[in-house]
Amino acid sequence: MLDFIQQVIGGVALGCVYGLIALGFVLIYKATEVVNFAQGEIMMLGAFLSFTFIATLGLNYWLAFLLCVICMAILGSLMERLVVRPILGYPQFSIVMATIGLGLVIRSLVGIIWGTDDLRIETPFTNGVVKLGGLVIAEDSLSIIVATALLCALLYAFFRFTRVGIAMQATSQNMLAAYYMGIPVKRMFSLIWSLSAIVACCAGILLAPITFIHANLGFLGIKAFPAAVLGGFGSIPGALAGGITIGIVESLSGFYLPEGFKDVAAYVVLLAVLLWRPQGLFGSNAMKKV
Amino acid sequence: MSAQPILRLANVESRYGPITAIRGISLDLMPGQIVTVLGANGAGKTSILKTISGVLDPLTGTIEFEGQKIQSMEPDKIVRLGISHVPEGREVFPFLSVRDNLRMGAYIQKDKKKIASDIEKMFDYFPVLRERQDQIAGQLSGGQQQMLAISRALMARPKVLLLDEPSLGLSPLLVKEIFTIIRRLNAEEGVAILLVEQNARMALETAHYGYVLEVGRVVMHDSCANLIQSDQIQEFYLGHGQAHAK
Repeated sequence: MLDFIQQVIGGVALGCVYGLIALGFVLIYKATEVVNFAQGEIMMLGAFLSFTFIATLGLNYWLAFLLCVICMAILGSLMERLVVRPILGYPQFSIVMATIGLGLVIRSLVGIIWGTDDLRIETPFTNGVVKLGGLVIAEDSLSIIVATALLCALLYAFFRFTRVGIAMQATSQNMLAAYYMGIPVKRMFSLIWSLSAIVACCAGILLAPITFIHANLGFLGIKAFPAAVLGGFGSIPGALAGGITIGIVESLSGFYLPEGFKDVAAYVVLLAVLLWRPQGLFGSNAMKKV
Repeated sequence: MSAQPILRLANVESRYGPITAIRGISLDLMPGQIVTVLGANGAGKTSILKTISGVLDPLTGTIEFEGQKIQSMEPDKIVRLGISHVPEGREVFPFLSVRDNLRMGAYIQKDKKKIASDIEKMFDYFPVLRERQDQIAGQLSGGQQQMLAISRALMARPKVLLLDEPSLGLSPLLVKEIFTIIRRLNAEEGVAILLVEQNARMALETAHYGYVLEVGRVVMHDSCANLIQSDQIQEFYLGHGQAHAK
């Protein structure tokens, strides 16, 4: 039983990371109907930046965290400005290809700048454990869960109560009407990309201590994608729920099932859920008839 | 009436891709006036409004607002200058509450007190919106959504209001109610209104001056009092002719 709980907690922590990356997908998709396939690479870039700030420059963890977030916010809106905006209005396919290209560019840039070795960072949580009865929980895992909860609360408050947050919702619900209200729609798109890059960056920094930082970290985006679909693409709570579900499934199947099942478990769950609820766990019922 | 029009279109031509929507439209709107544009489906009425609010860029011609050229400006700049657009089919934000819809209408306003008092004012014009302020806009009826769309546009405190088919899909009784309020808004707030409408009778009774549009061109313009008397209008737009041309 203790093993089970231990695995579930580990799964939740990993799932939070998937959930945050999925959240990045969903934010951009909801606002602009673009699926950003570079989300995983953006997460990776956040992790590498944290390595530079923490390990290379030796900055304080919290300061480094803040600097990473600021850098990624700027990079996110730059990516929107340089890669997506010029082709906005062209077929979806072109934009999807552009984001895949963006992901490849980031991956090779990371290889050029940071090399291809596995890197590590030390955080205030490294090697720390919390004992709860018989349970032993790594502080790294706990920090991921707590930080994800905090980040979600912040995002919720931002979208619910601030003028810009509501305007982002308005833009995603009816772009034409947003134009008529004097909402600077294009600036909203940049902001959404910033926000999504910030979320991805947090995921990257949180993940860095429990795995190595390396140039293939971006492939995690491929795992976060089923998380977003599972939640019902376009639903923010769904993205998190989807991420956590996949994290738990992976963790449990890695522990109880023979070698190899871990990597496909997420997709098996995804297929099963989609057969039962094609709109995803939190998706709306709106269905296109044709 | 002052001699300077608040909004003037001169020889404006716009296209949707390869299709020319309006050809050489010239039109004046005086401060405090209601001007209507009549015409059948596809005559280019909506395109005129979209061109004014900057969603559609004109190929040629000029649009002047208070003497300043505004053609090809970004839509949000045009709203800031004082032109608000109530689009055809309402286009409310379906998952935002009625109150948040109104707040978005005031996006260009920074003063929170003004916004709150403006919201109250809109609730006085449309009491049903006060009752439903916390509901999401998608749950309102068509008429209520129209009221919300109009008040949302007024939240920007415009000098010119562009109204696109406010009667669309509403019951005759509701149409009457909406037009009564349009007249009140014009009289009490002094906002000039450019009204695009298929319901020619309602439009002519409400507006001061009218333009008649056919396949993207102005074919006739006069005061509404004169237009109502005109044989052509009687026959084609009000359905009083002996020879039913349809």
